[in-house]
Amino acid sequence: MKKRLLFSFAIFCAVVNLVAANDSTNTTPKKLVADPVNAGLKTPSGFSASIVADNLGRARHIVATEQGGIYVKLERLKEGKGIVYLKDADGDGKMEINKTFANYYGTGIAIKNGYLYASSDQDVFRYKLDDKGNVIDTENPQRIVKGLWDKRQHASKSLALDDAGNIYVNIGAPSNSCQETDRTKGSKGMNPCPILDSAGGIWQFKVDLADQSYHNGVRYATGLRNVVGLDWNQQQKKLYVTMHGRDMLYTLYPDMFDTTVSAELPSETMYAINKGDNAGWPYVYYDHFQQKKILAPEYGGDGKKTGGENAIDPIVAFPAHMGPNALLFYTGNQFPEKYRQGAFIAFHGSWNRSPLPQEGYYVVFVPFKDGKPSGKWEVFADGFSGTGVVKNPREAQHRPCGLTQGPDGSLYVSDDVKGTIYKISYPSK
Amino acid sequence: MKFVYIVTILLTTTAFVLPEEKATVVQAPLKASIERGKTIYLQRCMACHQADGGGVPRLNPPLDAASKVKGNDKVYLVRVIIKGMTERVELDGEYYDNNMSANPDLTDMQITDVLNYIRNSWSNKANAVTVAEVKAARAKIK
Repeated sequence: MKKRLLFSFAIFCAVVNLVAANDSTNTTPKKLVADPVNAGLKTPSGFSASIVADNLGRARHIVATEQGGIYVKLERLKEGKGIVYLKDADGDGKMEINKTFANYYGTGIAIKNGYLYASSDQDVFRYKLDDKGNVIDTENPQRIVKGLWDKRQHASKSLALDDAGNIYVNIGAPSNSCQETDRTKGSKGMNPCPILDSAGGIWQFKVDLADQSYHNGVRYATGLRNVVGLDWNQQQKKLYVTMHGRDMLYTLYPDMFDTTVSAELPSETMYAINKGDNAGWPYVYYDHFQQKKILAPEYGGDGKKTGGENAIDPIVAFPAHMGPNALLFYTGNQFPEKYRQGAFIAFHGSWNRSPLPQEGYYVVFVPFKDGKPSGKWEVFADGFSGTGVVKNPREAQHRPCGLTQGPDGSLYVSDDVKGTIYKISYPSK
Repeated sequence: MKFVYIVTILLTTTAFVLPEEKATVVQAPLKASIERGKTIYLQRCMACHQADGGGVPRLNPPLDAASKVKGNDKVYLVRVIIKGMTERVELDGEYYDNNMSANPDLTDMQITDVLNYIRNSWSNKANAVTVAEVKAARAKIK
């Protein structure tokens, strides 16, 4: 039965493709025909989605050049390379691999003032770009940061750059809640948490100094468990981040929380960051139902006691465990007015809500005005998982992980399961 | 080609050990142990390893179809449960980033039960673990 269904679907696709191909011969040949199935995604009315590249490997963060190429950072080397450079040389709307390089895997990638920046889980490198957006020397990048903590857990190093010659690097805490023995029932929270000296925050470095590390970097913000999405907001001249909240309230404290509460708490949080800010991890977590910072049970909390009086509050709180892996402020003018200056967030999708169904696996939009959220968040692009409800994470066929804005104002989304790159556009007609 | 090779090996191995397993699976004590193990699994293990034993790609390894879980190195399995896991190790060609909880408070009986559950759930079928084996393993890893 399943086979027959598949077969019918294949025929259906073939017919749709034929129709699409015929259509395209009647219009300008180089113009991309709208994907009949919208790349399998559900997008708001007026938007269209297509797949521009596929099977790249574990595509984490992505960045578009001014000329429309895209650099993709891979989390695992593919044929020995960790960065893929995509270009649409023939203008058919699909991108081809122009080059692969870099002998390190990782997550972070960004472009600023003629340089490509990319991270391994310990170091940050930069490559000079030519006036076409190509890396001039793929073999000899300048290592600008080295020796950051890589202790497996939360080891990815995300990047953002300001206009004043600084680069911001997330150093995730290799811990769930800074217990003496990580993720272990009955183990106390360390106080003060020694991890915060070297991780659990955002560090600031200079873009043009070689081999910086902890001794000459600035701990720009602390109390951030694991930030994977971060972006420098040009309009506000400020850093914004999305944090992965803690896991396992029920598993570690079954007397205090049930599986439902543990699935719904704590919030995944978005913060506007000023230099010196503390977001409160591991001592507190955010509860979007009570709209309070709650003392973590490892530090004497009971789900009600508040804490973190000196810690900042999030500007947006999302449902628990959805994994906000990329943050992008939209600065283009292709999308309608409502989207301009607003934030897109790629949610990788949860694993820590079991036995409840998982959540996330979509791209969210948050409207902004003057650097503050001006309305409720909404799902912008859904359907990446390819299944209605994800019960177990391995069922998801695609998981959104990176975002970038093309020079024409289109939004690109990367997927780190199959290495698919999606393009979402708002056609003028 | 490699796939065919692996399948052949799997088939041969399965055929080889099947008679013994069949004998153990029908034993009432094992069935009861698996049932008790499921309760422990739901409280201690499911959050990370998931209800279907599939784990979380790149974070928490699957137990379903995992060679180590189905394998005969029971001392290794007991050690992982008691001590947790913090090293970067390759499991069936993949790496996993999250630390695993230590469970030093579980009794020999509880460890036996949860091992019998994970070794005989989903697609897994392996021979029974006994309390005596867990006790001996615990003594070795101290």
